[in-house]
Amino acid sequence: MSGLAGAGVLARLALRRDRIMLPAWVYVVTALVAGTAWTFKKVYSPAGRVQLLVSAGHNPGLLFLYGRLYGTSVGALTAWRYGVWAAIFAAVMSIMLVIRHTRADEESGRLELIGAGVVGRQTPLTVALAVAGAADLVLAVLIAAALTVVGLPAAGAVALALAITTCSLAFACVAALAAQLTSGARTARGIALGALGLAYLLRAVGDSAGARGPSWLTWLSPLGWTELARPFTGDRWWALALPLALAVTAAVAAYTVTARRDYGAGLLPDRPGRPDGGRLLGDPFGLAWRLQWGTLTGWAAGFVFGCAAAGAAAKGVGALVGGSASVRHEFTRLGGQAGLTNAYLAAVMSIAGLAAAAYAVSAVLRLHSEEAAGLAEPVLATACGRIRWALSHVAMAVAGSGVLLVVAGVAAGLGYGLRAGNAGTEVASLTGAALAQWPAALAVAGATIVLFGAFPRAAMAGGWTMVSAAVLAVFFGPLLRLPQWVMDISPFTHVPKLPGATVHAAPLLWLTLAAAILAAAGLAALRQRDVG
Amino acid sequence: MAHAIEVHGLQKSFGPARALAGLDLTVRTGEVHAYLGPNGAGKTTTLRILLGLLKADGGEARLLGGDPWRDATRLHRRLAYVPGDVTLWPNLSGGEIIDLLGRLRGGLDPGRRAALCERFALDPAKKAHAYSKGNRQKVALVAALASDAELLLLDEPTSGLDPIMEATFRDCVEDERRSGRTILLSSHILAEAEALSDRVSIIRDGRCVETGTLAELRHLTRTAVDAELAGPVSLDGVPGVHDLDVVGLRVRCQVDNEALNDVLRHLTEAGIRTVTCQPPTLEELFLRHYLAERDVAGASR
Repeated sequence: MSGLAGAGVLARLALRRDRIMLPAWVYVVTALVAGTAWTFKKVYSPAGRVQLLVSAGHNPGLLFLYGRLYGTSVGALTAWRYGVWAAIFAAVMSIMLVIRHTRADEESGRLELIGAGVVGRQTPLTVALAVAGAADLVLAVLIAAALTVVGLPAAGAVALALAITTCSLAFACVAALAAQLTSGARTARGIALGALGLAYLLRAVGDSAGARGPSWLTWLSPLGWTELARPFTGDRWWALALPLALAVTAAVAAYTVTARRDYGAGLLPDRPGRPDGGRLLGDPFGLAWRLQWGTLTGWAAGFVFGCAAAGAAAKGVGALVGGSASVRHEFTRLGGQAGLTNAYLAAVMSIAGLAAAAYAVSAVLRLHSEEAAGLAEPVLATACGRIRWALSHVAMAVAGSGVLLVVAGVAAGLGYGLRAGNAGTEVASLTGAALAQWPAALAVAGATIVLFGAFPRAAMAGGWTMVSAAVLAVFFGPLLRLPQWVMDISPFTHVPKLPGATVHAAPLLWLTLAAAILAAAGLAALRQRDVG
Repeated sequence: MAHAIEVHGLQKSFGPARALAGLDLTVRTGEVHAYLGPNGAGKTTTLRILLGLLKADGGEARLLGGDPWRDATRLHRRLAYVPGDVTLWPNLSGGEIIDLLGRLRGGLDPGRRAALCERFALDPAKKAHAYSKGNRQKVALVAALASDAELLLLDEPTSGLDPIMEATFRDCVEDERRSGRTILLSSHILAEAEALSDRVSIIRDGRCVETGTLAELRHLTRTAVDAELAGPVSLDGVPGVHDLDVVGLRVRCQVDNEALNDVLRHLTEAGIRTVTCQPPTLEELFLRHYLAERDVAGASR
């Protein structure tokens, strides 16, 4: 029997289902890279670029965030500033895409319907990988073309495009393997995204370690390989073989597991559950906790490692070589006002705040996925009202994002403070800095509640669009010189750049109030609409 | 309170699709009421409106004396619901879900819970994603039956059960009826409805087309007569005779109930060897109704 029967039909189905998400994602990543190159070309004089190289080359904070800078050309700066990050965005796209068309379909039972047709056992996996591969190919062509149009050397443009997309392809295959390991799509997604987070951390620690540190860690990370290909600074084409080798290995492993496992089953064994409900599982809040604590724990683990490592890298930022005006300016645009260490730490806290917002949105959107899966109905058919049901997951969003930010502050404080010798002060100051992000994260979550209450069909796409927009505004807004009124839409624009800035209570109170009003409006809308 | 459920002129549309077009439904307290209709007739929509999950566009619905939309939470303490398409949280075990749903409703009887798990041969320690459709249905049934709700709303509760479990389910419904609970049983399994229900409502295209006890419904329809006679008989032209089929001395036909006496006299005059008169089964009632409607629809096209 042919292993690939039905692939054409399934591929068309996949493209039909992703006809909006996929082009949007490809467009955003391309625009990001090309826009960055264009801005670097316009903004920096050759002398300014040399200064940037001198400072960034020795600045652990910048090394941690972006990676190593190998040259002073516009291309090298572009590859440094957004090579790794574009690879991250593309890899997230690949992971979501592959899990969506493999394990998520299998878990929901859709694949059973498809698998009963003239469809080979390996077809869904192959189609998912083929679609991801095609998306990566299109992305590579577009990035290379756009960079060439901006005026960068064609060879380097192709090298950067391939460095980004081969990394993305490798994570598509890692996701394909993760999809075979567990029976739940959520866990599979968590494994693949966790692998991506680990890759970032290995690269970040390796890059910022300095000459005597474990700089070889970068070599272990697929995200590190995108820098090691050195686009525009020597174009080490052979480094592209590393992500391809990872892709092939992971894909072979995924195919081997699919060929052996049962439909619907994972590789990791299933443990039997309790025969009765424990004490916690007695009200909607207990249920929400039960459904979400695993995800929250995963996020918290990511926050611990990420923020501790980022904090540790802060030691040395202050002793920056060649603190030229343009570098300082560049720093203050990204982060704080006073002191480069503070600016760096403020940038880290800003990223933690965005991540906390992403968590809060995912926790709120659990309401949407519960409703879509028909799991709201059994709860709402009991004496539990809609508002209480909704509040149970909103509570996870609010408390969970708060916990994550405290974790971020404490971990970064310990990471930096233990090396700088003043752990106590740093923990206190960075925990405060992290918590200053909380109202902004809650405001994004509140807007998501409005979507869920009033426009449930748009909730998923809308919620994640808001998070992405906030990320883009923080990361790229200053660089792309977005007008202030556009920046003002993002709640994160109004958060004080801590540590280092003076805190005004007013914007934080306004954001908190806005979040509360949005949540109340969303819940009021939920009361009026059809559920299920 | 004589009526557990009272629905008048209920309307609900989803965009251009009209799910309910002026539905009437009355369920008396303490009865088992079968709610019949083909796929897509509006059965589940009715139940969801009664549960306050959907808001009716028009008409009136009363449930246990309250407004199902406004008083949803208060009313839900007094009812239990088994959805037609049971989905469960994949990571929770069946036992956890039964306890959760019971507690959300305000508590359940642990003794009855254990007895029901035993009766339905349900392993409550299994994770929900490992359950088959039938087992998922059992989880929902045990959760509903173990509560002390006075009203049970069951949406096609046996669609995934094997015949043995179906029999167990029928026994359970009998027990519930004896203990005085009201049951609204939506189904398209007619034998089940016929065996269990006190009264029946048939819904089609969002409207109630028949309602009453089975005896009342039968009264409106025809009896199947199958006779072997001693001599020839001519029933041609006798009013109330339909689908006449005469092969030699064997006569088969459908007879309107008010004409039955007349027809039997004709047969007796010819001399009866054997005769069976069969009142219509629910299935025949059902098919007649639907085929007739379809013919009308077909003819008007």
